[in-house]
Amino acid sequence: MLEYSEKVIEHFRNPRNVGKIENADGVGKVGNPVCGDVMVIYIKVKDNKIEDCKFQTFGCAAAIATSSMVTELVKGKDIEEALNITNRTVAEALGGLPAIKYHCSLLAEEGIRAAIEDYKRRKGSDD
Amino acid sequence: MIYLDYNATTPLDERVLSEMLPFLKEEYGNPSSIYSLAQRARNAVEKAREQLAKLINADPKEIIFTSGGTEADNFAIKGIAYANEDKGNQIITSQIEHHAVLNTCKFLERRGFEVTYLPVDKYGVVDLEALEKSITERTILISIMFANNEVGTIQPIEEIARIAKKHGVYFHTDAVQAAGKLPIDVEELGIDLLSLSAHKFYGPKGVGALFVRKGVKIAPLLQGGEQERGRRAGTENVPGIVGLGKAAEIAKEEMEEEEKRVRKLRDELERRLLSKIPEVVLNGHPQNRLYNTLSICVKYVEGESMLINLDREGICASSGSACTSSSLEPSHVLLAMGIPPEIAHGSLRFSFGKFNREEDVEKVSDVLPRIVEELRKISPFWE
Repeated sequence: MLEYSEKVIEHFRNPRNVGKIENADGVGKVGNPVCGDVMVIYIKVKDNKIEDCKFQTFGCAAAIATSSMVTELVKGKDIEEALNITNRTVAEALGGLPAIKYHCSLLAEEGIRAAIEDYKRRKGSDD
Repeated sequence: MIYLDYNATTPLDERVLSEMLPFLKEEYGNPSSIYSLAQRARNAVEKAREQLAKLINADPKEIIFTSGGTEADNFAIKGIAYANEDKGNQIITSQIEHHAVLNTCKFLERRGFEVTYLPVDKYGVVDLEALEKSITERTILISIMFANNEVGTIQPIEEIARIAKKHGVYFHTDAVQAAGKLPIDVEELGIDLLSLSAHKFYGPKGVGALFVRKGVKIAPLLQGGEQERGRRAGTENVPGIVGLGKAAEIAKEEMEEEEKRVRKLRDELERRLLSKIPEVVLNGHPQNRLYNTLSICVKYVEGESMLINLDREGICASSGSACTSSSLEPSHVLLAMGIPPEIAHGSLRFSFGKFNREEDVEKVSDVLPRIVEELRKISPFWE
């Protein structure tokens, strides 16, 4: 079995913000079931602030933990602040990831970016 | 703790340990030396050779001790390839072999050998028609595993041996998972070379053997002293070999009883998991399968996340094979059987053995459905 930090195991065992947001303002779906990881991130945005963020993930313990962590990190942040969150921020917040699982943190970064892009696209078409 | 990973390795049998202990302590002689201390070690090695030969109905002279299953596989394939280059350069194997066979074949491919990787059907059985069709006058070896480590499917070994014989081709079988679990008679089955490993049947790690039928032309893998009749140089691993011999003797005696007991446990877990968890697929052949192996794919969840949760409950199982658990690729065995990668990622293997009891089945069939339910709540594919 891989060596996971306590924090990874803790987030994997008790993931925060699990589920779907009905009427989300932005949805980001990243990964590929063929590769064994799919992450869907939902955001609710008000006054440029991420009010709520939830996720659904199919994947290994690291994928579930990084999803959980990234939702925690972006909640309450401005869109611009959220865009500054990188895979390193996520991995560090989790006390590190085994090298072979680094792509999971990348998936979390891509997931939140995809959700924000989706939000911007929707907002753009509203105007 | 509930150990359900006997295909990965097994604990040492107490009786095997007692047999080994003198050779780890006072009986430290080198079997190649003259004095009686050394001769006692020599006798112990030869006794083990007889014990092992009996397990597979071979002549003791046809047994060569190795450092394990991987060396035996390397030895068989490279040894035949190098010794028979004048006859041809084609090797036939299957897509579901252990990496000890697959990567040895790939190594030879880069050095001018031609390798055919036979497909398997949805149960993991090698396509015999494809086998017969792929034989050419350049074919020197057919290497097909006896039973698969991940899903347990048992190959039609007798038929494969017959085809090999008909075409004058050597037949090697990697019997690392089958030896000690199933009765094997190399004479009756017509096997030319067979690999096995002690730690898969309650012997120590680091020792195995290759059976090489008398008259088979094979080159040694290791050059050096004259040990093992010049076919495997290096001072014998005396305690390991003694352990392998004892483990073989015990396996032969207890195999039948063990099969009955273990099969019942495996079947019961299979029945319960398939009925308690929706959307689960059974992997491997429903009947022609190792009686201790249960491999399933749980849809919409990923194997590692289930394993970590099982581990938290003190249950040791595996996803795919232990050798591949640090890679991110789904099992090559499941993919070859036509299972889509997204489903193959949800594979779980429980392999039973000597120390499992009914309570273990109770516990796993109680715990796993809850684990799956929790993970499916997180999964975007489960509605």
